[in-house]
Amino acid sequence: MSQPFAKLPAWADYGLLPLINLIVAFLVAGLVVLLVGESPIDAAVLMVKGAFGSGDGVGYTLYYATNFIFTGLCVAVAFHCGLFNIGGEGQAYIGGLGVALVGLGLGHVIPWWLAFPLAIVASAIVGALWALIPAWLQARRGSHVVITTIMFNFIAASIMVYLLVGPLKTLGSQAPETRVFGEGGQLPGLAWLLNLVGLNMRSAPLNISFLLALLAAFLVWVLIWRTKLGYEIRTMGFSPKAARYAGISELRIIIITMLISGALAGMMALNPIMGAQHRVQLDFVAGAGFVGIAVALMGRSHPAGIVLAAILFGMLYQGGAEIAFDMPNISRDMIVIIQGLVILFAGALEHMFRPSLQRIFQRIGRSKREPAPAIAGGGQ
Amino acid sequence: MDSFTTILQLFDSTIRLSAPLLLACLAGLYSERAGIFDIGLEGKMLAGAFAAGAAATWFGSAYLGLLAAVLVSVALGLVHGFASITHRGNQIVSGVAINFIAAGTTVILGQAWFSQGGRTPSLPNAARFNPINLPGVEALRGVPVIGPIYFELISGHSILVYLAFAMVPFTWWVLYRTRFGLRLRAVGENPAAVDTAGISVPWLRYRAVICCGVLCGIAGAYLATAQGAGFVKDMTAGKGYIALAALIFAKWRPVQAMFACLLFGFLDAVAIRMQGHPLPLIGEVPVQFMQALPYILTVILLAGFIGKAIPPKAGGVAYVKER
Repeated sequence: MSQPFAKLPAWADYGLLPLINLIVAFLVAGLVVLLVGESPIDAAVLMVKGAFGSGDGVGYTLYYATNFIFTGLCVAVAFHCGLFNIGGEGQAYIGGLGVALVGLGLGHVIPWWLAFPLAIVASAIVGALWALIPAWLQARRGSHVVITTIMFNFIAASIMVYLLVGPLKTLGSQAPETRVFGEGGQLPGLAWLLNLVGLNMRSAPLNISFLLALLAAFLVWVLIWRTKLGYEIRTMGFSPKAARYAGISELRIIIITMLISGALAGMMALNPIMGAQHRVQLDFVAGAGFVGIAVALMGRSHPAGIVLAAILFGMLYQGGAEIAFDMPNISRDMIVIIQGLVILFAGALEHMFRPSLQRIFQRIGRSKREPAPAIAGGGQ
Repeated sequence: MDSFTTILQLFDSTIRLSAPLLLACLAGLYSERAGIFDIGLEGKMLAGAFAAGAAATWFGSAYLGLLAAVLVSVALGLVHGFASITHRGNQIVSGVAINFIAAGTTVILGQAWFSQGGRTPSLPNAARFNPINLPGVEALRGVPVIGPIYFELISGHSILVYLAFAMVPFTWWVLYRTRFGLRLRAVGENPAAVDTAGISVPWLRYRAVICCGVLCGIAGAYLATAQGAGFVKDMTAGKGYIALAALIFAKWRPVQAMFACLLFGFLDAVAIRMQGHPLPLIGEVPVQFMQALPYILTVILLAGFIGKAIPPKAGGVAYVKER
């Protein structure tokens, strides 16, 4: 009876299956909402309203989405090579030093349009360097990149705490943060962009790094699917053996991939630091590096999927903040649960529904080909 | 004699701080030796701590708290097993998911049930694991050297600390002297061989994951009802990852795991003690450096400068029975 399962059509594989996984994740999250005595449907309505109901809501949603696009791309690029970079959080945190270098050093000297490219390069380089040691250890010593990047997250956090309560702290201030950057270290907002679609953004910190994030998504697509390097990265991810046989240097590909991944995470720091707070604050990454894992899994490591998933999580972040006003039992930690459930169902359990889905498609396919009465009930 | 007391107190807090690490580390050992990588130690410990805090508040009993912690932690372990054994999902992704689910759920439920910003109410001593004075402490106290060592270092810990250290020889015995242990090690190295011998790989791995859950639950209960008096938001604070680091440091062996945990516990104790006290020769060492030291040491180990850590061969790989 072991018939080979029918191959799922592409739209089911890339659209339907992830959608089912996502719906299940949200259903379970709904159960948690029920458990704390609130209505999941009301919560969902509040959340969508909070995220898209006003110009500022949209602004905040896209502001958060900017972070998640960067970190999602960071995780996805590594996924394509078969690497799991959990270190996005630390790479982004340390990447903040690159932004600080430009913002503090040149912010009051040069205009933003000169400082911005410099800060992009600086944050990317610092983020990439933070990924270099785990990459080298993986490539040379075979020590698992997951473990080393976790360790590097903690080391990064320690370094940043040390710097922000010590050498980088503003003189005479108690807050663990740097001084505010000069004019040049502050990115222009995107109120005009939202005005184009008739939305009025007043205080939301959406800024030009959102456009940079979209550009990065496009460039990652070009890199992965349109260049020789991308082909080599994907080959390594599919089958390291085949890659080795084809003469692709494992060391080179792993290190380059992790450098790109780290650079993407590092650039995330631009958005909160140069775009919103105009200074480096303690824990400015705020878990965005980890959200990137959920975003990459949900977007199936494709830049288009990642942008959509990032906007969804941006919505959850912004909407979640709004819910807390009306439902005091639901705080932003609800998003951490949803994030975990998405990672569980879209990542670890991604194949759970595949066999049943394949069976359904097989039945539909069979009843179409031979409309015999014996299997008439199969085509539901 | 004064510096002797200081050193004893330092070792005493080392033992207290390394007990949860040790429990979590041995938990990871059972799981990883069976070929199931477990990044989710942190989450299971956190959920266990919350369950212990909540149950001890409701029932006023530390032991019911411990039971709740173990049940919740095992349940999360079974989720990990369901994803990574039954559905052959990515074990690391599943572990990461469990960490987030635990981090979020403990705060949300804590806030909804107790309305104290995600903490559980402070526990009275009756609902906690209290220090136990071992027999003969008072009689021996006057004896030089041995007396203070017995009094400060060995006596006066909660039962969970003694349990944690007793688990070391027990785990060694299970792993190297029982049939279950042999099979557990085999399934982590070569599951196909275990399968050929007619032993169910999934069931063996599920049992390993349950062992892991039990120990993580105890570790969580220790944090909430022995070391602390109630659950506090994010109270594991990376201990699960340090335990993971200790496991690598110990190269997946129980006795070495104890020494690794003692080392990391010692670093923690020193970091707490040294706050604001400059060292001779070096000057003041930043606390953050001491906190990062376990991670730095692990990375150096992984770099191959202190021996080579070789994980179980089949670790992280789902077993597909030949069809």
